[in-house]
Amino acid sequence: MAITTMAKAIAQAMAEEMERDSRIVVWGEEVAAAGGTYGATQGLQEKFGPTRVLDTPISEGVIVGAAVGAAMNGLRPIAEIMGINFAFLAMDQIINHAAKVRSMFGGQFECPIVIRTTSGGGRQLGATHSQTVEHLFAHFPGLLVVAPSTPGDAKGLLKAAIRSDDPVMFVEHATMYSDKGEAPEDVNYVLPIGKSDVKRSGKDVTIVTYSKMVSISLRAAQQLSAEGIECEIIDLRWLRPLDLEPVYESFKKTNRAVIVEEGYATYGLSAEIATRIYAECFDYLDAPIERVSQKEVPLPYSGPLEKYALPKVEDVIAGVKRVL
Amino acid sequence: MDKAELLNLYEQMVTIRLMEEKCEELYQKGKIGGFMHLYIGQEAAGVGAVSARQPHDNVITAYRDHGLAIACGLEPRLIMAEMFGKATGCCKGKGGSMHLADITKKFWGGHAIVGAHIALATGLAFADKYRQSDAVTLCFFGDGATNISYFHEALNLAAAWDLPCVFICENNKYGMWTPIEKVSGVTEMRQKATAYGMPSDVCDGMEVLAVRAVTEKAITHVRSGQGPYFLEILTYRYRGHSMGDQRPYRTQAEIHKWQAEDPIGQFENYLLKQGFLAAEMDAIDDRVKHLLDDAIKFADESPFPAQTEIWTDIYAPGSPAAIHN
Repeated sequence: MAITTMAKAIAQAMAEEMERDSRIVVWGEEVAAAGGTYGATQGLQEKFGPTRVLDTPISEGVIVGAAVGAAMNGLRPIAEIMGINFAFLAMDQIINHAAKVRSMFGGQFECPIVIRTTSGGGRQLGATHSQTVEHLFAHFPGLLVVAPSTPGDAKGLLKAAIRSDDPVMFVEHATMYSDKGEAPEDVNYVLPIGKSDVKRSGKDVTIVTYSKMVSISLRAAQQLSAEGIECEIIDLRWLRPLDLEPVYESFKKTNRAVIVEEGYATYGLSAEIATRIYAECFDYLDAPIERVSQKEVPLPYSGPLEKYALPKVEDVIAGVKRVL
Repeated sequence: MDKAELLNLYEQMVTIRLMEEKCEELYQKGKIGGFMHLYIGQEAAGVGAVSARQPHDNVITAYRDHGLAIACGLEPRLIMAEMFGKATGCCKGKGGSMHLADITKKFWGGHAIVGAHIALATGLAFADKYRQSDAVTLCFFGDGATNISYFHEALNLAAAWDLPCVFICENNKYGMWTPIEKVSGVTEMRQKATAYGMPSDVCDGMEVLAVRAVTEKAITHVRSGQGPYFLEILTYRYRGHSMGDQRPYRTQAEIHKWQAEDPIGQFENYLLKQGFLAAEMDAIDDRVKHLLDDAIKFADESPFPAQTEIWTDIYAPGSPAAIHN
């Protein structure tokens, strides 16, 4: 397997799929001539030309709306929303249209689109450019939401998203584009939809997480291992459909869980997962489930303040220790 | 236009008028639920414009969609059953009055978020252009929709990408209950298209042949690859915005003024002057009444969807995301 970066793995997944299926088109702000603000569409326009890879105006509503319309009419667009914070401007298209055109019209229309976007804090961009809100989209039936934690996963999951006949929010983490990792070169490397992945085995505590918080949790687990505490880390990969079978299986062994998410805990992903673990594994519970998340403030610009607000390795370690 | 085509325009307008009157009655009887927006008064706009399309051209509209559904050839049975919430409806009873659609007639809905479908229209048009089809997309919306961001984003994109789209504003003077001059900087909606370098035209929306003529011109322009076109059709809705709207915001005199130019009455007079017989039109009226009675009976006798239908059509068949009870 070749070592590559997250950005390159994403570009490669799109290039391979576009080679396979001429119905795939890519559009968004700066995706064509510039190759993407994070380099994740690098080389696509050179390879596939300006009719398949297009720069759009700064118009999130129509970036997604046009993708939905084109998908209804037989194409398979990949629309990039530069940051998930701007997806709020396209919220109506994503929730009222992409997620509903199949069901509301009795199955007459399909909406095979991928909305690629970037989430997460940690770059001193201030409160409006640093949010972690992918779970909001996972609230809605009709959508799929996936967020990769490694370059290899990004490649396999993006290919799964592109091949899906339903709309997928593909959420990349803003600070991970130059992360390195192995990515299979096999053009048919497609990961399954709605399957989570055990990223580390351990017998003492179950950590449930996804995206960037997987690597933060792995670092915490390494430090805890030195103290004789072994964590099992489950990477959800998909926020919808949610695959908690491996979580229940793990919890029945460890009897303790910590849920780590970068966003806010209130009404967040961890609330949903904790509820489900409580319901499924009530008899196996040895401690209240812990949540590690962002402090509930609009993220400040100042470097040390932003760091303080975001969940970090020490927070995960503290969370694990609270359930032991 | 030959004789049959002219009578066909008349028949479509009468079908819309009589169907809408029936819908009003059925709504009051509780057979139709939800929000419902009648097309009465605007028949010539939809019928005239759609009559200028080829069968492979797309039509998409907002929630006042019954008239365009008929103009696009949807079966009254399927429309009525949909409004009754029945399994036999064009959307299996999942859409209702505001979300009629029939992909086989290239009628893409029926969309109830003001202006959102203008964005969808650019995508429909893009897909046809991408496949090098010569199909054009006719996107209908009201004057009220010209004030929402989607309108501007979509017109700009269509102009920037030279998309084969005719944007058709049915200017009926009111956005819900508010007269357009109170909420729009300009009262000629086509001026807004000028901002995007788009050619435009305007016509009397109470004259079906006038509407057809300008739409033909617009479609020819768009089909020849010259980019999008904007049409403003000046029309009027006789009824309120939706059911239960008592229309206190406009005068009887205004309504009467427009009714004096009734699109069906006008066209009937025109046909008589052209030598058509009143009996020919009476026969059409009778046929339409029977067709609508049959549609209502069909809708009434059709079953409601099975409860298990609630779990279907949310995701593609076989998707791991499919939701189960």
